[in-house]
Amino acid sequence: MGINHMEPSKSLSLRIRKHALEMTSLGGGSSHIGSILSMVDILAVLYGSVLNVDPQQPKWPNRDRFILSKGHAGAGVYAALAERGFFSPDKLKTHYQDGSDLSGHVSHKGIPGVELSTGSLGHGLSVGTGMALSAKKRASRHRVFVVMSDGECDEGSIWEAAMFAGFHQLHQLFVVIDYNKYQSLTTTTETLDLEPFADKWSAFRWEVREVDGHDHRQLSDAFRPSTTGQPVIVIAHTIKGKGVSFMENQVLWHYRTAKGEEFNAAMAELNAQQ
Amino acid sequence: MRDKFIKRVLNIAKNDPSIMLLTGDLGFGVLDEFAKELPNQFVNVGVAEQNMIGIAAGLALEGHKLITYSIGNFGMIRCLEQIRNDLAYHDANVTVVTVGCGFSYGSLGMSHHATEDVSILRTFPIQIYSPGDLWEAESLADVVLSKPGTKYLRLDKAFASNTHHDGEIFLPGKARIIREGDDITLISTSGILQEVINAADLLANDGINARIVHFNTLKPIDREAVVTAAESTGGIVTIEEHVLEGGLGSIVAEILLDRGVMPRCFGRLGVTGGFTSTVGSQSYLRKKYGIDSEGIIHSVKQLIRQPKSISN
Repeated sequence: MGINHMEPSKSLSLRIRKHALEMTSLGGGSSHIGSILSMVDILAVLYGSVLNVDPQQPKWPNRDRFILSKGHAGAGVYAALAERGFFSPDKLKTHYQDGSDLSGHVSHKGIPGVELSTGSLGHGLSVGTGMALSAKKRASRHRVFVVMSDGECDEGSIWEAAMFAGFHQLHQLFVVIDYNKYQSLTTTTETLDLEPFADKWSAFRWEVREVDGHDHRQLSDAFRPSTTGQPVIVIAHTIKGKGVSFMENQVLWHYRTAKGEEFNAAMAELNAQQ
Repeated sequence: MRDKFIKRVLNIAKNDPSIMLLTGDLGFGVLDEFAKELPNQFVNVGVAEQNMIGIAAGLALEGHKLITYSIGNFGMIRCLEQIRNDLAYHDANVTVVTVGCGFSYGSLGMSHHATEDVSILRTFPIQIYSPGDLWEAESLADVVLSKPGTKYLRLDKAFASNTHHDGEIFLPGKARIIREGDDITLISTSGILQEVINAADLLANDGINARIVHFNTLKPIDREAVVTAAESTGGIVTIEEHVLEGGLGSIVAEILLDRGVMPRCFGRLGVTGGFTSTVGSQSYLRKKYGIDSEGIIHSVKQLIRQPKSISN
C-alpha cells in the first residue's frame, strides 16, 4: 500500500479536525475537543478508505456498520459524515445549539449515516455485537466497526459483550480503542489501570492488533479481515488533543472549550498543517 | 402464564425466522422446547442482562423481532438504561419479558420482589402489557410480535381462571369489563385479578355489586374505561400487586384529574411502606398488604360506609 493512497485520508483528517474545533468552539461551545482530536485519524481512515458505505443509500443493507460508542466525541462523526457526503457541511454549524438535532453526544434521529445514538458509555459494543451476530446468522459479508474510548472499558457491560463476541466468534466485529491514556479526571493509569490491556482482550478470545492511532497506514492495515475467525480489537495508541500542541496530553481539554485567542491559536496550528 | 406465552411465541416463530428469543440464563424447563426446535432463533447470552438488551437492540436494528426473557428486576431494572437508550430511543422492535411480577417469588426475598416496574417503565415511550389470565398472556404473544416498537410484558406466576367468553376477540389497549356492577368499580392489572373476582363475588352476597375493569394494557391506557367507571358507578378502587407510587392507582388518578372527573369515592390498594424483609408465598404477602380478596372487601366496605379517598 503506497503512501499516496493515504493522502486522501490525511487531508480528510485535517478537515475533520477543523470542523470539530469550529463545532465545539463557535456557537454552542461544547466539550470534549481533546477526545475528538485523539480519534480523528481513526475516523478519517475508516470513512476515507475502509467503510463500505453509500451516502446516497444510508440504509443500504450491505453497508458496513459504524458505531461511535464514545458518544461524547460525536462532533467528529458528524464532521466525518458531512465530509463523506451524508449531509451538507453547513449543517455542522448548528451543532450543540438551540433547536439543532446535532446533539453534543451522537444521535441518529434525522442524521443519515448514524447507526446508533450513544452518550452513556458502555452501550455501543453490545449493540454492535448484536449487529455482528445478525450478520453471521444471515451469512452477510458486511462488517461492524465500534470505536470506544479507553476509560469506557471501566464499564462492566464492555466485558459482558467482549466475552460474548469472543465466544461466538463474531469475526465481522471490529473494535477500535482510542487509547489516549486519559479519561475525565486524570490518566487511565491513575484511575483504573487497564494494563495489561492487550492480554485482557486476548484472554477474551479476540484477535489483538496494536497500532499507532495516528499512522494512517498502520490503521488501514489493522482493518484487514480477521485471520483467526475471532473478533478483532485494534488498540490504537493515540494522543489526547492530537494536532493542537497546547491541547496534547492535557486532561484539561476533556471538558474545556477553546474560546477567543485559544480558538485562534488552535485553528492557526491546524491551518499550518495543510 | 409463561408456559402459555412461550409456547405461542414458539408457534409464531416457526413461521417467522426473523423472531429471536434471548434469555439471560433463566427459564429452566420453560424455554427448552423453543431452544430445541429453533436453535438458530435462540441465544442464551449468559448472566448478563445489560449485554442481552444491547444485543437485542443490535439485532432489532437489523430487522429481527426480539423477545428478551428474564426474571423480575433482572430483566428490566438491571439494564434500565439499555432499555431507555438502546431500545426505546431507537424504537427497537424488542419485547422485554419478565416473569414473576409482584410477589410471584415472594419467598425468595426482596431481590425477587418485582413491585416497581410499572412506575419506572411507564415513563418511557414504550408499550406495557400485564395480562391477568392465560388467554390474555397467550393473546399478547401475537400482539407483541405483530406490533412495532419497544414493549414491556410482565408475566405473573398467579393468574385468574379464564375470564373471556367464547368468541371474544382480544383487543390490545382496551380495558376488559370482567363483571358488571354499579355500586363500585374495582380496577386491576395482572394476576391479582382472581383476588378481585373473588372479592366481587363475596361483596355481591352482601348486596354490593362491583364492576371489575381489568387492564392487560397499561400503556397506552384505555382512558375512557376509567372515566366511564367514575361517571357511572359509585366510586373506584384500584388493586395492584405493586407500589402505589406511580402504579395503576396513580395512572387512574391522573386520568380522572386530567379529565376533570371526580368519582364519588376513590381508593388505591397496593404495596406500601417500603421494602419488606418478611417473606412468604404470593398469597401470604397479598394478605399482608391487604390486597387479597379479604383485604379488598374490607377496604371497599369501609369506603362505601364513609365515602372519601383511602389508600392502604
